Amino acid sequence: MSEPILKIENLHKWFPLRRTITQILKGEHVWVKAVDGITFNINQGEIFGLVGESGCGKTTTGKLLMKLLEPTDGKIIFKGKDVTHLEANKLKEYRRNVQMVFQDPYASMNPRFRAQDVLEEPLIIHQVGETRAEREKIVRRSLEEVRLIPPEEFMGRFPHMLSGGQRQRVATARTLVLSPSMIVADEPVSMIDLSTRAEILHMMKTVQRELGLTYLYITHDLSTARYFTDRIAVMYLGKIIEMGGADEIIDEAAHPYTRALIAAVCEPISGKSNTIKEIPIKGEIPSAANIPSGCRFHPRCLYAKPQCQEEEPILIEIEPGHMVACHYPSV
Amino acid sequence: MEDTDNILKVENLKINFFTRKGIVYAVDDISFSLKKGETLGLVGESGCGKTTTVLGLMKMVPTPGEITGGRILIGGKDIIPLSENEMRQKVRWEKISMVFQGAMNCLTPVYTIEKQMMETIQEHKNIERFQAKKCIINYLNLVGLPEDIIRRYPHELSGGMKQRIVIATALFLEPEIVICDEPTTALDVVVQAQIINLIKRLKKKLGLSVIFITHDLATEAEVADRLLVMYAGKLVEIGTNEQIYGNGGPVHPYTEKLLKATPRLHEKVEELSFIPGTPPDLVDPPSGCRFHPRCSEAMERCKKDEPPLIEVEPEHQIACWRNYHE
Ligand SMILES: Nc1ncnc2c1ncn2[C@@H]1O[C@H](COP(=O)(O)OP(=O)(O)OP(=O)(O)O)[C@@H](O)[C@H]1O
Ligand SMILES: Nc1ncnc2c1ncn2[C@@H]1O[C@H](COP(=O)(O)OP(=O)(O)OP(=O)(O)O)[C@@H](O)[C@H]1O
Ligand code: SF4
Ligand code: SF4
Ligand SMILES: [Mg+2]
Ligand SMILES: [Mg+2]
Repeated sequence: MSEPILKIENLHKWFPLRRTITQILKGEHVWVKAVDGITFNINQGEIFGLVGESGCGKTTTGKLLMKLLEPTDGKIIFKGKDVTHLEANKLKEYRRNVQMVFQDPYASMNPRFRAQDVLEEPLIIHQVGETRAEREKIVRRSLEEVRLIPPEEFMGRFPHMLSGGQRQRVATARTLVLSPSMIVADEPVSMIDLSTRAEILHMMKTVQRELGLTYLYITHDLSTARYFTDRIAVMYLGKIIEMGGADEIIDEAAHPYTRALIAAVCEPISGKSNTIKEIPIKGEIPSAANIPSGCRFHPRCLYAKPQCQEEEPILIEIEPGHMVACHYPSV
Repeated sequence: MEDTDNILKVENLKINFFTRKGIVYAVDDISFSLKKGETLGLVGESGCGKTTTVLGLMKMVPTPGEITGGRILIGGKDIIPLSENEMRQKVRWEKISMVFQGAMNCLTPVYTIEKQMMETIQEHKNIERFQAKKCIINYLNLVGLPEDIIRRYPHELSGGMKQRIVIATALFLEPEIVICDEPTTALDVVVQAQIINLIKRLKKKLGLSVIFITHDLATEAEVADRLLVMYAGKLVEIGTNEQIYGNGGPVHPYTEKLLKATPRLHEKVEELSFIPGTPPDLVDPPSGCRFHPRCSEAMERCKKDEPPLIEVEPEHQIACWRNYHE
């Protein structure tokens, strides 16, 4: 196994919540524990998937890695250096190395910018390329990398002249102009057509292989995560509850929550329209401002025992490379 | 097939939008039927005309759109000639109702759930307030929500709860046909599965006939008894769940490609295939078969002549020259 390019240690992000007067007088604080102590490594050249339901802290994790947010606690180590707190000049260098792309072709481009302007902007900000011609060369190369060929045909186009898939290619090309070593790709619960999404993922995988990039891929969709990633971490209410090889997580899930997620996925297979599919989970996801005691999944877990309410399970390795945080994992 | 089995029959429906850019042929001569008690899926890429089709069935096509041809038979009676007044009094919500795309995000933020639901119910039904309230609580229970939710505001509810409220509202006047337009698209998988189960349970319990729209073939496999596949304003394939998802697989190249682009959880594939290009502009759709610029099977004929919808086996129809035998 290759060296980790990124190490996350016990990372926390708590957002303060507005307090009532009584709470202020009593000196009580209320926190939204968006990211509540996560630890993982991403290896050089790997696609690492972060999966979980809306509000579980995926985007916050991505933003912490991008250093768009200051962590409440914990460490981020990138290429062996502690980057948890960086001064402005170091931060700029870090951001050249780690780029973020939002998987939303409809929201990610300024309507008044041509594709060329979109790609040139980060070059100007980071003072890459002495002359216009030099910058244009880089822009061309990036467009070719995302298969917008010939680049001349696309450089002058405004967003409305591009399809959803092409727009996402431009957004990806924008992250590539600075030759980063790592890309954080955040895909929200979205309305993107499946065929467009397949096109985007196919393109991203090709680029990743060719350039040897490392990805953190954020999604709510296990089916695409299985296709797209090497390893998967499943998050629930700010914590990683299971982590391992993509195939292992799907085929040998050990955490009751992962198993419920898997059971809920629709598959394009015939003969199910008349059956009710039982999903082994209770109720709805609680608020991140009010995290249950012990195992945070216990109010929804069908297998919860008294211990689960009191003691928080920690991530332990049940198979080489397969970690689970549950007192009673199924194996 | 005896017509008495069909609760709804659509014949040669055409809906155009008359825009400054030109005429958008959003729904172009489509025919299908809905059987009593079945769930009919309607699937296709964004912009292919799914929402416009069902807004047509409700006679709620927004301007500058217009139904320009065809018949919509509900219980054997064409509703196209009906006036807005007749639609409102006798048909809409009572015979056919709809869960609108994105409606869960359009609840009035300053109204409690009780007030939202009360407005809808009193607009259409002449009943006392206390009766209406009873009815609301009844329907909330039916969709699996606790009674105390009526005092809450939309922002205090999760996406799944809001979608349940929208579904309950669509059921108030005891319709026979319920259209669900992308009811699960913006929800998390667990909530999606719960909403799908809810729709299945309601269908059984109330004897509903359902039209279920999504762009996701995997979701459709779990809900639809039969499937309509739409491309650029046209129906390209109609088949049963087994015919589309079973071993034989779909017959139309578009459905085939769409299915291949749908990832499967329990099957690891090296490459996910996709359909190159984009759906056409419906102001100026391609000649012949509308799919021909993106079809890897296209022949000369496909560019010139439009393929008719023909039956390839009982209940299974496609519009494609590849499988056409004169
Ligand atoms: N700036 C903020 N202030 C307060 N709370 C926040 C802030 N940003 C995020 N949160 C909260 O933190 C939690 C995690 O949010 P986050 O956006 O990371 O979730 P997510 O997993 O990306 O969800 P989604 O799948 O919907 O994108 C949520 O409860 C959210 O409401
Ligand atoms: N009010 C309108 N004015 C002009 N054109 C419209 C209008 N509403 C829809 N259209 C056009 O009609 C076509 C069909 O749109 P429709 O909303 O029915 O598609 P859809 O299949 O429901 O798409 P989605 O999956 O994105 O909801 C599109 O080309 C759209 O641009
Ligand atoms: S620790 Fe207990 S409550 Fe938590 S997932 Fe495991 S069995 Fe369920
Ligand atoms: S008619 Fe021709 S272009 Fe159209 S789907 Fe069939 S083979 Fe392809
Ligand atoms: Mg997010
Ligand atoms: Mg629609």
